[in-house]
Amino acid sequence: MCDTCGCNITDGNRHLIEGDGKLAQTESGREAITVLKGLLSENDHTAAHNREHFDRHQVLALNLMSSPGSGKTRLLEETIAALKDEFRFAVVEGDLETENDAQRIRDKGVTAVQITTGTACHLDAHMVHNALHEIDLEAVDIVFVENVGNLVCPASFDLGQHRNVTLLSVTEGDDKPAKYPVMFRAADLMLISKSDLLAVLDDFEPERAERHLRELASRAPAYRISARSGDGMQAWFDWLRSEFAAMRERVQRGETVRPAIQPDGQHLHDHNHGHGHDHSHHQRATGHSHD
Amino acid sequence: MHELAVCQGLMSQVEQIAQREDAESVTRILLSVGPLSGVEPQLLADAFPIAAAGTVAENARLDIDTQPIRVKCDTCGAETDASANRLLCGSCGDFRTRLVSGDEMLLMSLELERRERA
Repeated sequence: MCDTCGCNITDGNRHLIEGDGKLAQTESGREAITVLKGLLSENDHTAAHNREHFDRHQVLALNLMSSPGSGKTRLLEETIAALKDEFRFAVVEGDLETENDAQRIRDKGVTAVQITTGTACHLDAHMVHNALHEIDLEAVDIVFVENVGNLVCPASFDLGQHRNVTLLSVTEGDDKPAKYPVMFRAADLMLISKSDLLAVLDDFEPERAERHLRELASRAPAYRISARSGDGMQAWFDWLRSEFAAMRERVQRGETVRPAIQPDGQHLHDHNHGHGHDHSHHQRATGHSHD
Repeated sequence: MHELAVCQGLMSQVEQIAQREDAESVTRILLSVGPLSGVEPQLLADAFPIAAAGTVAENARLDIDTQPIRVKCDTCGAETDASANRLLCGSCGDFRTRLVSGDEMLLMSLELERRERA
């Protein structure tokens, strides 16, 4: 979130602060203060802090989002099994209740921290920050954050991840990207999961799912995968490898990256004047505490 | 629904600003929220009294400006209206567009009442 250079001002809201815009008016005896900050700027500061942690330790952080039951944990189990000699993994699991998913990951010999959110429908940057205290990032190459299964709320909260991976299982509708545009716009990669079941389903067309994704102006790749049969998993593994290599190169250059789309007009940062804003949060006198 | 969490984030910002400005009360809060922000203005308005209770903005009026969805085409350069799940260029139909507005979730401004100074 950039609060300094004025790039929050978009064509959509410029009229509010220019000329006779509403912000220019001051009711008598009262003072108007222009703020122009994201509503979640406190979360965003913690997220930026998390991202700095990941970058400092040269760790790639990936946020997995989807409906409940689309196969996120199964995907992680198979990914860990296949790549355990290549990468050192850690997993942050988000669920309303139970340690079940963390236990499944631990059974694979990987550190897993379970966040139980109670009734909260999403993870936020503070929860992830606390979970990171239980992970030795020096001993990790890739951190997966498995978000709460939900196609709505998790999309609004930056956790400090570098990339968003959104799963769409073939037992859901292929129009999910059209129904949940905020979520699918945020995807840097869409995985059409459980593709081995396509043979017995007559109403899910992967091409249609991808077309709905393109209609959101998304350039994210869409891979069909089956963690169960192994089909298509190589493309996912190659994506992980290339993202990991790209992260290492970025860190060498002293740069970081956030998911392609974030709320708050982050698209303006795509024009490449945004590098470095994420690092300014240390200048804040107040905010989250960390040690 | 995460609007209450968003509203609580808003309130902690508002309180910080009010304290910094030595304000007695906040009388108006103006937000800018786009359809692609993931936040529903009506739910935000419903959550506001709960989040604001007992704060310096307890009696503030919450105004939410919604923004139109506009995209600019990378291919033909046209800027056109779009809808939440159809962000294609309205002129040439290409999907390679960038959002110009519509995903805002911003605290635009506050109106404050300052303490009387002796």
